[in-house]
Amino acid sequence: MSRLESCFAQLAEQGRSALVSYITAGDPHPDHSLELMRALVRGGSDVIELGVPFSDPMADGPVIQRAVERALRHHVSLQDVLALVKRFRQQDQTTPVVLMGYLNPVEVMGFAAFASAAAAAGVDGVLTVDMPPEESEGLVPALRSQGLDPIYLLAPTSDAGRIQRICAQASGFVYYVSIKGVTGAAHLDLEGVRAKVAEIKAQTGLPVGVGFGIRDAATAAAIAGLADAVIVGSAIVSRIEQLAEDPQAMLADVENFVTSLRQAMDGSLPLKY
Amino acid sequence: MTEGISETIIGKYPDSRGHFGPYGGIFVAETLMAPLDELRQAYERYRQDPAFLAEIDKDLQDYVGRPSPIYHAERWSSELGGAQLYLKREDLNHTGAHKVNNTIGQALLAKRMGKTRIIAETGAGQHGVATATVAARLGLECVVYMGAVDVARQEANVYRMKLLGATVVPVTSGSKTLKDALNEAMRDWVTNVDNTFYIIGTVAGPHPYPAMVRDFQTVIGREARAQMLARNGKLPDALVACVGGGSNAIGLFYPFLDDAEVTIYGVEAAGDGLDSGHHAAPLCAGRPGVLHGNRTYLMEDRDGQIIETHSVSAGLDYPGVGPEHAWLKDSGRANYVAITDAEALAAFHSLTRIEGIIPALESSHALAYAQQLAPRMSPEQSILINLSGRGDKDMHTVAAREGLKL
Repeated sequence: MSRLESCFAQLAEQGRSALVSYITAGDPHPDHSLELMRALVRGGSDVIELGVPFSDPMADGPVIQRAVERALRHHVSLQDVLALVKRFRQQDQTTPVVLMGYLNPVEVMGFAAFASAAAAAGVDGVLTVDMPPEESEGLVPALRSQGLDPIYLLAPTSDAGRIQRICAQASGFVYYVSIKGVTGAAHLDLEGVRAKVAEIKAQTGLPVGVGFGIRDAATAAAIAGLADAVIVGSAIVSRIEQLAEDPQAMLADVENFVTSLRQAMDGSLPLKY
Repeated sequence: MTEGISETIIGKYPDSRGHFGPYGGIFVAETLMAPLDELRQAYERYRQDPAFLAEIDKDLQDYVGRPSPIYHAERWSSELGGAQLYLKREDLNHTGAHKVNNTIGQALLAKRMGKTRIIAETGAGQHGVATATVAARLGLECVVYMGAVDVARQEANVYRMKLLGATVVPVTSGSKTLKDALNEAMRDWVTNVDNTFYIIGTVAGPHPYPAMVRDFQTVIGREARAQMLARNGKLPDALVACVGGGSNAIGLFYPFLDDAEVTIYGVEAAGDGLDSGHHAAPLCAGRPGVLHGNRTYLMEDRDGQIIETHSVSAGLDYPGVGPEHAWLKDSGRANYVAITDAEALAAFHSLTRIEGIIPALESSHALAYAQQLAPRMSPEQSILINLSGRGDKDMHTVAAREGLKL
């Protein structure tokens, strides 16, 4: 059983939704990334989604664009991200790590070389934002041969046929993009999300995560009520940005914020942070 | 016929999912897959609709001023002492360049699809102006994304777009240039897919854009092929066009692809020289990768990050190139060469002084290569050059290179 599978199985048994927390590797500085990952886990994250910096993050909003720019000022490469996961794994063998990024850096490394290096480092899943299933015949077999889960996006614009085809190719979990827009956008339409998640769950036994637009404890708790995973990115990254000059305060604030999300999702805290 | 190419190329590419051999395709986030499919279906329907095609033809004639003439540059040819040089005068089009051929086609398609809002990216501002122009005429809302660096250095075009009623949004992310404007336009599109049509300005982006923009631009090559046959009773021996994204080049080349006797040259921007690293020549000095929705040759570093490009000509200053050019290069059907800033500027002055035609700096790259090629050919042979735009927009750049301030 893969780390992602056992993570979701365990949570399902407890009747809880997973908290998937995103940071961009190398933001604000490569020296802080490992500590940030640990802070996410201490705060109660079940899965870490680690952004791989790319110069042209077409699907990301301004908050994550700036995070990527901060990381790229230190020339953080895909190799560096894999080295980071390897160091994280030396102390944490249970928390799944999913890489989220764009295809070009992976293509430059080579699909087979990337898949074996990622597996060796302890990566569990790979989400390549700009690689729809139609263009995945190069990378996905390489990931599968190393036991890595290809994570796919589903969107409000995905019709029933696409949902079925994508779920058939996916493993680990599927990632429902809750809004038409980029990461960090506003206007979460809960009723729309509820209906679409139900439609997806009718097609697949895979866990369904919901991301894009979850900004605080209240929205996290609401999504926890209707999906298997709550994916939070920009809301965490903007805290990192605000405290980038004060690493100790930044780590504490990120951990507190994640704790507040976790507690709200578990229904043990008022929905205000 | 070049080895490795089947007898006919025209009509064979791309495949149903937008592939030109290993290049092209659709590399976008899931949210855009449905709108791209909607666009593909609409385009496939209307490209065979006589009423739609007649509407485009009428606009190209009455509004753009087509057909554009072929001009025999006799003085320049005799000074170079080799092949006869002919210019396809896209510089005479309304708005001053070939860009409008495409924006008319896409804007009319947008209207048929019931979209009320047009967005576009622009580098130097030529595509932005051509888009704002057709949006004004059709009464559509228009938003143009432009890198903040380009907004500062292309004030006149920013003002033109505003006069035409467009909103110009300066893009401050990344390198603040054309590639970042394209990212931002994609982000707008994904957010406003229901009412918005994204008019891409070149033969790049996800399928169906490279094929669709090519089809709208092939009016250049179709006219030119007939004009050369009517004038000389034979086809030109060589075609030369500049390549940034490559829309003017593919527009000229495409109708000649099955004419094996016609040698084809695409000219990239070598900037300060290919060895300097300061250039915009992905086909000559880059390698394949994935950017902006398609697989093609790119300018990138060893980590796969896209690097900043340099050319004196803003219209060629782009780190990618249309996927069909990538395929034409690998297949050997077309040759890709590069011309430096200095060589392009010299050709700019040559054409201006010898023929009384002030070319765009982009087109000057094609002229500079033709200037090298002509003396190696005989006076019975001919070279057809795409004069893709006029140089009015470049007065400040050329003057500044010569230490003058206008």
